[in-house]
Amino acid sequence: MAKHHVEAIINGDPAEFLCGTEQTLLDCLRDELSLTGSKEGCSSGDCGACSVILDGRLVCACLVLGVEVNGKKVETIEGVAKGDDLHPLQKHFLQEAALQCGICTPGFIVAAKALLKENPHPTETEIRYWLAGNLCRCTGYDKIITAVQKAAAEMRGES
Amino acid sequence: MGNEKDHLEAIEGKEKFRYIGTSPIRPDGVDKVTGRANFGADFTANGMIHGRVVRSSHAHAKIKSINIEKALKMKGVKAIVTGQDFPKIDPSDKVVGEVVVSFYDMSQNVIARDKVFYDGHAVAAVAATSIKIAEEAAALIEIEYEVLPAVMTVIDAMKKNAPVLHKGMKTEGMDPVPKRSSNVASRAELKLGNAAEAFKDADVIVERDYTAQTVHQGYIEPHACVAEVSADGMATIWSSSQGQFMVRAFVAKLCAMNASKIKVIPSEIGGGFGGKTKVYLEPLALLLSRQSGRPVKMVMTREEVLRATGPTSGGHARAKIGAKKDGTLVAAELEMEYEAGAFAGSPVKLGCMTGFAPYNLKHVSCIGWDVVVNRPQAAAYRAPGAPVAAFAVESAMDELADTLGIDPLELRIKNAAVEGTQAPYGVKFPKIGCLETLRQAKATEHYNMPLGPNQGRGVASGFWFNIGGQSSASVMVNPDGTVIVATGSPDIGGSRASMALMAAEVLGIDYDNIKPLVADTESVPFSDLTGGSRVTFATGKAVVEAAEDAVNDMKRRAAKVWDVDIDQVEWKDGIATCIETDIHKPMTIAEIAAMAGKTGGAISGKANINAKGAGAAFATHICDVEVDPETGYVQVLRYTAVQDVGTAIHPAYVEGQMQGGAVQGIGWALNEEYVYSKDGQLQNTGFLDYRVPVASDMPMIDTVIVEVPNPGHPYGVRGVGEVPIVPPLGAVANAVSHAIGIRMADLPMSPPKILATIDAAD
Repeated sequence: MAKHHVEAIINGDPAEFLCGTEQTLLDCLRDELSLTGSKEGCSSGDCGACSVILDGRLVCACLVLGVEVNGKKVETIEGVAKGDDLHPLQKHFLQEAALQCGICTPGFIVAAKALLKENPHPTETEIRYWLAGNLCRCTGYDKIITAVQKAAAEMRGES
Repeated sequence: MGNEKDHLEAIEGKEKFRYIGTSPIRPDGVDKVTGRANFGADFTANGMIHGRVVRSSHAHAKIKSINIEKALKMKGVKAIVTGQDFPKIDPSDKVVGEVVVSFYDMSQNVIARDKVFYDGHAVAAVAATSIKIAEEAAALIEIEYEVLPAVMTVIDAMKKNAPVLHKGMKTEGMDPVPKRSSNVASRAELKLGNAAEAFKDADVIVERDYTAQTVHQGYIEPHACVAEVSADGMATIWSSSQGQFMVRAFVAKLCAMNASKIKVIPSEIGGGFGGKTKVYLEPLALLLSRQSGRPVKMVMTREEVLRATGPTSGGHARAKIGAKKDGTLVAAELEMEYEAGAFAGSPVKLGCMTGFAPYNLKHVSCIGWDVVVNRPQAAAYRAPGAPVAAFAVESAMDELADTLGIDPLELRIKNAAVEGTQAPYGVKFPKIGCLETLRQAKATEHYNMPLGPNQGRGVASGFWFNIGGQSSASVMVNPDGTVIVATGSPDIGGSRASMALMAAEVLGIDYDNIKPLVADTESVPFSDLTGGSRVTFATGKAVVEAAEDAVNDMKRRAAKVWDVDIDQVEWKDGIATCIETDIHKPMTIAEIAAMAGKTGGAISGKANINAKGAGAAFATHICDVEVDPETGYVQVLRYTAVQDVGTAIHPAYVEGQMQGGAVQGIGWALNEEYVYSKDGQLQNTGFLDYRVPVASDMPMIDTVIVEVPNPGHPYGVRGVGEVPIVPPLGAVANAVSHAIGIRMADLPMSPPKILATIDAAD
């Protein structure tokens, strides 16, 4: 079957790719565009390792079809840092030792970024519920929550 | 570095440490927060094709025939393998250690031969030019089964007339060895003193049965690899595992190749917890590549991970403890049956060895039964065997404390194992921190906080051996004086940072000037896998010795330049100084490195060791819960983990191990379980209904690091990764039991179960 031609803005840059009807956005990012920072942990929307921002909205890339992003904006983990300049979330994840194996980290950072855009003053509970769709099996979440809290404070200009 | 005395002196001068005990950013950190780090599924090779596995949906069946003709004819299909394509392995081909590794079983687990033993058991594998074609071809493979009755629980498996999974399985460890085949692979017994007799001296005896369900390690990264066999028979495997040398050894064995023909390149690993100490895909990918002449990539789906990898044993335990009125323990018994899954080898013996280890007991009897059932073959999971044993023992200790009216931590303190205590599993403990964790737990603010209605507090302790083993390290000094530290130990939780810290301490140079790396099987000498909480201890020891070797090399170079004896050269803070005279200007590591060409060539150090003296780890956890009497839902309100870590090399990652282990244990206690249909099909094959804890389920996990240095390590390190999963099952169960006023002895304590328990008591 013929593939679909898709044009989208990915991490601010125009991108085009061919994708099969059944290919998910995650497949397209990883296999067609070599953006392997988004991870596949479940392919059913339960683990959040493939979290990306689609036209400003946090989604699991495994639950979106590649063809659906035609004409849309996609932000992935690869677009979070600006060159060498890490995003406050990335800095605080490192400083707080908020990752162990690191497979879930891209998804957490993208999801937390979406949270802080919507709510710059999240409480611990709000952070925990927002990130409840992102599974981490290594850390017990403690240091992840702290990292998000500290990044939020920095982004509010409090530190 | 030499003996235990030297180690202790070095450790006691701890304030002198410059790098150890700090928590710098991990060397691989930036790659992991930016998406650049390459995990198992991220690797691609030119000309690569894709492999898929055909799995049985029968839990127990004979394979009557496999027909691959139709599938082979499909366009794009490049190779198909079945069990017949693999070399035959003799049933006696085993490595006997604490857990027996049978290559015969391993080979059958990788791909079924005459029989399938569980839902998800691999029967064939297909490689094709796309995943889609591989999947379509897989559906065209015709397999004819004769379905046999599924044996799903240890109780059913041990019944006299139970269908036997493996004809010829005679229970080992029985005297006499039984004549009939059964599903009981072995019986382990551990004895200290005479428990049966000693119970007569007890004023109080508590005794109860406990049940735990099969749970999965739940690493977020599914198993993945790429294998490429070239025309000359040389193989390269890129894979995510806990040990590149383990992968090489197992693949060599299962594919009848010699190790020098297989190169294994480790990717980053997205969690393992013991579950990636085995091979599943690598031998299949290798044979598919050999047959097709193309690199073959194989990645499991989450469903495959749950159906066919891991899990750890569910089972039963009966714990009995007798004590005097004042709380002095007089005798203890534990009898356990663990599911091994489809092939022998549950960690029940380790459960027997660990259950009572935190206590000073003169009379102990532990019996463990290793039972095969039609579930996936159990894999290691963080302190394998210990959590379920500790669940039973720590629940019994709690019940004993309630019965005697003694504070549960006081009861443990009164009976705690200390230096010199004879452990039930054989050793006399050297310096250990069991008592210290209990005392520190009692002193926490948490333990002394008031509780509200429907709330309960539980405590539990736990023990894990930790291991040493073979580790290799190379320390290479670059021409500019920076350093590369290469080891063969995959970094699952930040161990590169620990390696760099220890090397920095020995070399006296900045942490940032050291690059630690995890090398492939052709770039460092053999190392055992990452497991047994051994890397910071054993590989760390190798790094320390290799760094010392490099320091000696540099002292030798300085001595040569200055024309003095090497013992006239002192090394401190990365600078060589001549002790004898001050006419020689001290030389920095950069200066010595820059003139390496004139003093004998490149500078390096190496150490290949088999590390002995792993220090035992003890932990005590405190858990507060609130139970909703309407729904049976358990909210964990507060949690504190106290643990003796020896010396914390990188305290933030030590805390991370404690917190992560605790939360895995909480999941085991409250939510997680394999749910099978009557016929043995796994019902919860995704993260939606195999529910691991999520952020909103958990409170912050407080940690108290206790440091009782291990004399067996130059800086006092004890393994830290496993023991934190030992106490939580008991701690949570004790908390829930106190909250509802009824003893909970059946895991997981999910809302329907708690509700039923409350209703039954009304």
